[in-house]
Amino acid sequence: MVRFLKRSYVYLVFAFLYMPIAVLMVYSFNDSRSRGVWGGFTLRWYVELFQDRTIMSSLYSTLFIGVTSAIIATIIGTLAAIGIHNSRGIQKKLIMNVTYLPVLNPEIVTAISLMILFVFARVRLGYLTLLLAHITFNIPYVILSVLPKLRQLNKHLYEAALDLGCTQPQALWKVIIPEIMPGIITGLLLAFTLSIDDFVISFFTTGSGINTLSITIYSMARRGINPKINALSTIMFTFVLLLLIIVNVRQAREEKKGRNGKHGSKKQIDSFDARFGGA
Amino acid sequence: MKRFSLFPYVIWMTLFIVVPMFLVLYYAFTIPTETGATWSLENFGRFFEPIYLRVLGRSLRLAVISTVICLILGYPAAMVMAGNAFTRKNVILLLFVVPMWMNFLLRTYAWLTILERNGVINVLLANLSLPRLNILYTEAAVVLGMVYNFLPFMVLPIYSVLSKIDKGVVEAAGDLGANAFRVFTKVVFPLSLPGVVSGVTMVFMPALTTFVISRLLGGGQFTLIGNLIEQQFLVVGDWGFGSAISVVMIVFILLSMAIMSFFEGEEKDVALW
Amino acid sequence: MSEIIVDLKSVSKVYDETVALDGIDLYIRKNEFVTLLGPSGCGKTTTLRLIGGFEQPSGGTILFEGRDITGIPPYKRRVNTVFQRYALFSHLDVFENIAFGLRIKKLSEKAIKDKVKKMLEQVNLEGFEKRDVNSLSGGQQQRVAIARALVNEPEVLLLDEPLAALDLKLRREMQHELKSMQKQLGITFVFVTHDQEEALSMSDTVVVMQDGRIQQIGTPVDIYNEPTNAFVADFIGESNIVDGIMRKDYLVDFSGSSFDCVDFGFAKDEAVDVVIRPEDLVLIPAEKARLSGTVSSVNFLGVHYEMLVESDDGTSWLVHSTLMEPVGTRVGLGLEPMDIHIMKKVSSR
Repeated sequence: MVRFLKRSYVYLVFAFLYMPIAVLMVYSFNDSRSRGVWGGFTLRWYVELFQDRTIMSSLYSTLFIGVTSAIIATIIGTLAAIGIHNSRGIQKKLIMNVTYLPVLNPEIVTAISLMILFVFARVRLGYLTLLLAHITFNIPYVILSVLPKLRQLNKHLYEAALDLGCTQPQALWKVIIPEIMPGIITGLLLAFTLSIDDFVISFFTTGSGINTLSITIYSMARRGINPKINALSTIMFTFVLLLLIIVNVRQAREEKKGRNGKHGSKKQIDSFDARFGGA
Repeated sequence: MKRFSLFPYVIWMTLFIVVPMFLVLYYAFTIPTETGATWSLENFGRFFEPIYLRVLGRSLRLAVISTVICLILGYPAAMVMAGNAFTRKNVILLLFVVPMWMNFLLRTYAWLTILERNGVINVLLANLSLPRLNILYTEAAVVLGMVYNFLPFMVLPIYSVLSKIDKGVVEAAGDLGANAFRVFTKVVFPLSLPGVVSGVTMVFMPALTTFVISRLLGGGQFTLIGNLIEQQFLVVGDWGFGSAISVVMIVFILLSMAIMSFFEGEEKDVALW
Repeated sequence: MSEIIVDLKSVSKVYDETVALDGIDLYIRKNEFVTLLGPSGCGKTTTLRLIGGFEQPSGGTILFEGRDITGIPPYKRRVNTVFQRYALFSHLDVFENIAFGLRIKKLSEKAIKDKVKKMLEQVNLEGFEKRDVNSLSGGQQQRVAIARALVNEPEVLLLDEPLAALDLKLRREMQHELKSMQKQLGITFVFVTHDQEEALSMSDTVVVMQDGRIQQIGTPVDIYNEPTNAFVADFIGESNIVDGIMRKDYLVDFSGSSFDCVDFGFAKDEAVDVVIRPEDLVLIPAEKARLSGTVSSVNFLGVHYEMLVESDDGTSWLVHSTLMEPVGTRVGLGLEPMDIHIMKKVSSR
């Protein structure tokens, strides 16, 4: 009985969380402009969505910025994590604190500080500034995904590689990087999702007609309801859901391989933690 | 070699994190003159004008209300999820997190559809021949939007702390004669405090600085601190004042982090808190 | 005796403020099985890491076949290491783990195949080539780690507590295997452990260390029978250690009586440590003994009983015997002069 009540409570919270999304998705198939009325099933909004030049070009920008910034942030962030893992004392503390800064700062503060920098340095606001800003806020999340993997490593692994004849760069490339690959991939995916999800920082660092999907949604939503947004929501939600399932299956498979089995759920929470800090 | 790997990041970090922070400080503490700029606290002085104090008051009030609601709704949920009511905890946790991966703007936009004059709620009410509710573009809608968006920030840290509590401790308390209520107030809740503090901070800070929720669900009638900063930079062009408000925000963050680390004491290894 | 291969000359190592090695001198001969033995923090692992090249000494020099190798990086030393908890590469399968060093040396694919195959036979892991290293048992992982090091044909194999993670039975088996492998291959093994039984059963030479200093170097038999000081005696097997006074050559006072012994060369009335192994104390009737007391506890340990006897002066004596006397019985403790080991007091540090 108590168990039933407990479960019901959580299901109610789930209902609260999922209801708006469900409503969005249902109405994306509604052949009527007014929300309250069900005008029959249609795919009209999806067709219009794909014909909408503004949305399509912002989709392109979002993906381009997302992929590029995620890759660059992953490279810099992974190297940084290895460096941080091997540094000590004040140096390590200082770097970690600065790393946490963009994670803990309100997004709007990070956003305006970057905007000031770009205007101050006379960089024209546009693709370049958008890309630089996204890389900047992505790097800390890559570092925070890779660092735990480094901590889990057998501390003699690097030495074992040297012992077997590797030079230092070889040991890094042939042993350390492959061993922490799961963390690197998590970081990459996290960076990509954060980048496509971002609104506030993009809003302040973009210029002259270059819009990300989030910015386009914001300007459309400010003008009121638009069924094309519903269609877009449905597609994005499905996409995110697929991505999450892939990530989780991958994680589950990795756990099956033996190591860290019992830490599985914790690992998940950690990457969620990282995801949430910035929102 | 391993040390060199830090170089790109240190350069990047300096250029795009440290320098911008100093620029914000510079703009906050100077005012433009004909020949350049001069040091001044004027930007901070303006913050204490009644209209801006009212904005600050409103922001704090809405953020506190949202945080309290999140705590009241979230703590029991975290407790149930950390307990043994569900056999497949991972799935429950995942289900809880999935909505959060949806674009933030779309999540907020979804409430437009629901709360609107001709929206889902009002159509339902009309079908039941009840009077309309005009929630959209009120403070209540803004609070609702905040609670909806930030609830997981409250639940996850509490869940994470609760699920780490040694079951033996709870059993020991029971064994020593505490009833369920006293076990909770004397043992479980005190142990979960670090999670509560994290959760409160993680809801309070974004609630205080958001400008999207208030703009979309408040219809722009309820200027919050976030909106104020946005206006200074994108509409008014008063960078000095905008930076000063940002500096105040950073101070708020540092204070709350200090409080947090006071409560947490040791162990700062877990991702972000 | 064969020639010296590794020679440490007054080597010291200081981390920040703590002294890990305090100027040790140690040489290791070719084909020798040397064990560095001591409690944790005694400097044994540091010594190994200095030989492997993972750390540089703060002072002193390390010679390898007569040449100074101080400052030479690990990948240029003809030494390989089996690491604590093995440090296997989990992104590679068993074959690739073993082939790792050969690939770095850019051997031909055929040579690599042959060598790895031979190595797998050597460690009894034929057929495991494609296995994921994480799916192996502790003992199997251990063998892969050994194979991975040995396939590079090192002059010296360094083993850092390689058996610590295995259960007792498996550990015994691996001890035998390692020993016979070493004999068969004819290479030098330097083995680090804190387990004295392991050290005694495997080694040609045991080096007992404490607080960054070498306490004693010798064969297992020497170390056990003739420990140079109370620390070594206590660390190598259980011992009764009591204060005594050397009256003259061959006569020592302890526990309120005088005993004949075989030691000499101490100053008259010098304070000494008297060490007696529990298995050397024999239960005899109380009236026939110079040392007598009451049995205060009895433990059955399978092969023998372990008893505590409180002698009249208040000392507790640990006695190992196949016979048992119940708690409260008055017994005498008999001992031969050669079982009394007299040791100079070490100034406590």
